[in-house]
Amino acid sequence: MRHLLSAADLSRETAIALLDSAEVMAETADRPHKKLPALRGRTIVNLFFEDSTRTRISFEAAQKRLSADVINFAAKGSSVSKGESLKDTAQTLTAMGVDAVVIRHGSSGAPHLLANRGWIDVPVVNAGDGTHEHPTQALLDAFTLRRRVYGHDSRCRGLDGLRVAIVGDVSHSRVARSNAWLLTTLGATVTLVGPPTLLPHDRSAFPVNFATNLDDVLRESPDAVMMLRIQKERMHSAFFPNEREFGLTWGLTAERFAAMSPHTLVMHPGPMNRGLEICSVAADSPQSTILDQVANGVFVRMAVMFAVLTGNEDV
Amino acid sequence: MTARTLLQAADIQRALTRIAHEILESNRGAGDLVILGIPTRGVFLAQRIAGIISNIEPGSQVPVGVLDVTMYRDDLSDNPTRSTSPSHLPVNIDGATVVLVDDVLYSGRTVRAALDALTDMGRPAVVRLAVLVDRGHRELPIRADYVGKNLPTSHSERINVRLVETDGDDLVEIVGER
Amino acid sequence: MNSVVAFVGAILPSGEIADIVVRDGLVESLSPGAAPADAEVVDASGLRVLPGLVDLHTHLREPGFEASETVLSGTQAAAAGGFTTVFAMANTDPVADNAGVVEEVWQRGVDAGYATVRPIGAVTRGLEGETLSDIAGMANSRAQVRVFSDDGKCVFDPLVMRRALEYVSTFDGVVAQHAQEPRLTVGSQMHEGAVSARLGLTGWPAVAEESIIARDVLLAEYTGSRLHVCHLSTERSVEIIRAAKARGIRVTAEVTPHHLLLTDESAQGYDARFKVNPPLRSESDVLAVRAGLADGTIDIVATDHAPHPSESKECEWGDAAFGMVGLETALSVVQLTMVESGLMTWNDVARTMSTTPAQIGGISDVAGQIAVGRIADLTFIDENARRQFSVASLTGKSSNSPYVGRELPGRIVHTMRHGYFTVRNGVVVDTEVVAASVRNHGRKAQHNG
Repeated sequence: MRHLLSAADLSRETAIALLDSAEVMAETADRPHKKLPALRGRTIVNLFFEDSTRTRISFEAAQKRLSADVINFAAKGSSVSKGESLKDTAQTLTAMGVDAVVIRHGSSGAPHLLANRGWIDVPVVNAGDGTHEHPTQALLDAFTLRRRVYGHDSRCRGLDGLRVAIVGDVSHSRVARSNAWLLTTLGATVTLVGPPTLLPHDRSAFPVNFATNLDDVLRESPDAVMMLRIQKERMHSAFFPNEREFGLTWGLTAERFAAMSPHTLVMHPGPMNRGLEICSVAADSPQSTILDQVANGVFVRMAVMFAVLTGNEDV
Repeated sequence: MTARTLLQAADIQRALTRIAHEILESNRGAGDLVILGIPTRGVFLAQRIAGIISNIEPGSQVPVGVLDVTMYRDDLSDNPTRSTSPSHLPVNIDGATVVLVDDVLYSGRTVRAALDALTDMGRPAVVRLAVLVDRGHRELPIRADYVGKNLPTSHSERINVRLVETDGDDLVEIVGER
Repeated sequence: MNSVVAFVGAILPSGEIADIVVRDGLVESLSPGAAPADAEVVDASGLRVLPGLVDLHTHLREPGFEASETVLSGTQAAAAGGFTTVFAMANTDPVADNAGVVEEVWQRGVDAGYATVRPIGAVTRGLEGETLSDIAGMANSRAQVRVFSDDGKCVFDPLVMRRALEYVSTFDGVVAQHAQEPRLTVGSQMHEGAVSARLGLTGWPAVAEESIIARDVLLAEYTGSRLHVCHLSTERSVEIIRAAKARGIRVTAEVTPHHLLLTDESAQGYDARFKVNPPLRSESDVLAVRAGLADGTIDIVATDHAPHPSESKECEWGDAAFGMVGLETALSVVQLTMVESGLMTWNDVARTMSTTPAQIGGISDVAGQIAVGRIADLTFIDENARRQFSVASLTGKSSNSPYVGRELPGRIVHTMRHGYFTVRNGVVVDTEVVAASVRNHGRKAQHNG
């Protein structure tokens, strides 16, 4: 795999190979000595044009576990805030001898430009671009689901037959987009749920079901329900009348959670707005995979960094 | 391209039996012994050696495991690598006598990687190396303690090891351009 | 330089063969075999001749954005594309909302000499959409402005639009509306559809264009004024115009070459060369605007030539500027999409790219026809040529063409403006030579007059 730009690009074989590789990485976490020498001497820059401490730390932990040298670049306070272009920033950094770029950017497609416009010639990993995709999040969600369902018998498996509901601000969610592609590629049936104002107007692009009534969806006892974070700025743009109404209608409230099948897993990409899209009872329940998702994020990102930097053709 | 058979199934069986005896002899029995195979074919050779040992010394159960060395290779940046596979240590290896098993010993770089991997997983008292074929051309100061067959080769030749578990039959052949 | 030229054997839009004699800037004769002895004879056999192309929608960027284009470089690009007249949009800096700016632009066009530059005046002061600009002042200036547009921005306030329609009728002017409902297009990046949903780019819904066009044709009907709709791009926009014309409303409409050819799928690679406003639409929209142009619902093709410096395009899609250059590819794209598809004849090309734009722009007395006694604005093309379009093929200052790397049919062989060559044998004539021709022509015109 040369780059990881979008979950939509991943074939089933590649996705499963990445998840299997992440399983190998996960095993090393139980060792007294957690560090692997695989990327020793390789330098990775984490190019974060948008704040995201969680994702950045997860990537950094993954890169350091593989012994890579890590440079963190935050756009804030850098020359970027003084008007330097993406092209110039990327070329400047790679001129310093960087072997791979992980990019988080507020503009959809920024990682595609870095990878395909000939500005730089190193692997590019998308750590979230605008309202487009967040492929490593989808991989860690798939990994988490697979582990919860199949336990130690996960290797070589897809998510065939599983039913997953993704709920909330679908339109603006890169997490929803990446999961819609990846989970479907792995054989799951995905339903995107939210108010019509927060679902795409043209839905034909996605190989998924759409629904507006969360209770109807939960009544079908999906294998997992993934609650999306509702961004504060949406609350002031007439997508829905107010927070309370949104929470009552599309949030995982305590009442909804109590009525839900005990076999339905509760997922959230974080950070959560407790009491808005998800209640604490659900978030802290045994059905919740939220902390697993965080832990698994490191393993999945190790697998991704290893794949792009070793030019492994299987993955 | 020509292929010439060097070891038949029975030869392989005899070589592994001899290696099992030598291991027991130098270890003075099966105590504290852990046998770790290096994927892919080393894993099956390790299982066979452990099976032979438990036949020789009834009642002894030698732990057998898998040691994947992909993450420790020194050529990761040059070559497209194969996928990683899980390592599996059946017991704690601290203080144990670990016998690493691989099919072919060539440059020694795989064994170097295996020693590094082992170091990250614990602190064995002794580490030994068993290989089915030693074809020479070492690039590192590494030698095998137990060798099934020494086969002098040239760089241009290739050694193919086929095992029932992976390839359907047991065979060692040399493929060269002559 | 000889001022009598005879183009021998040219194919008129109708298909007839003509020998075109040009003397002192005017067409003297079209009859075969009429080449006078003093004429410089140019073999035009096999070449199609069209009345010099007229672009009702060009951004020349001067004053204010000379890094992107100037009147000189933009009219050179126009000549290279076979255009002899361009209407220069008002969104310059300062905005062309008063007589001073439009006269300055007009004068620069005269001095450069590559094409007749007809400035378009802003509808509202500073393109702010609030108060009408100096419409009378511009109309009565030497630039004789007849087309008014806030292009780039929509005249959104319905009251301002009504007043503008009413007011410009005093000068037989026309309001050229950039139809874009601003509230429905906050942050919009590309056509709202399956592709925008997949790419995670904020959608520019078709209804944002259609709702303004619907409102404006009703206002035009109510006021009895002329309305021109810029760069119409959707299927329902075509339907609205068709219905309005059936009711006898005085509305005309234009489509750009890129909306005749390209779709929103072009955004796939986030290459901002394909970012344009209105955005590239769906396949069904493309087919609908082609059909609308073919049946006359859409009156003309206009380029919306919009040069931008590379740094405005070599960047994230969301940060990139809207617009693409189009003067040098317009005729090729129309040939490809309309002529080679059998939807239009060369007569239709002449009508939609020269005759009717000249009428809408109020200059049909001086442009848009090949006829004896008329000003010799002529475009000769080799319709059988094929060319690989590259950055090197571009004459203007900017290279934001969506066609770079694409094969296009047709090639401009000669462009003649007012009886002198601006492009000869496929090469843009030198600046000094053209400037000299302008002076020469000016003297003769005075002498003749």
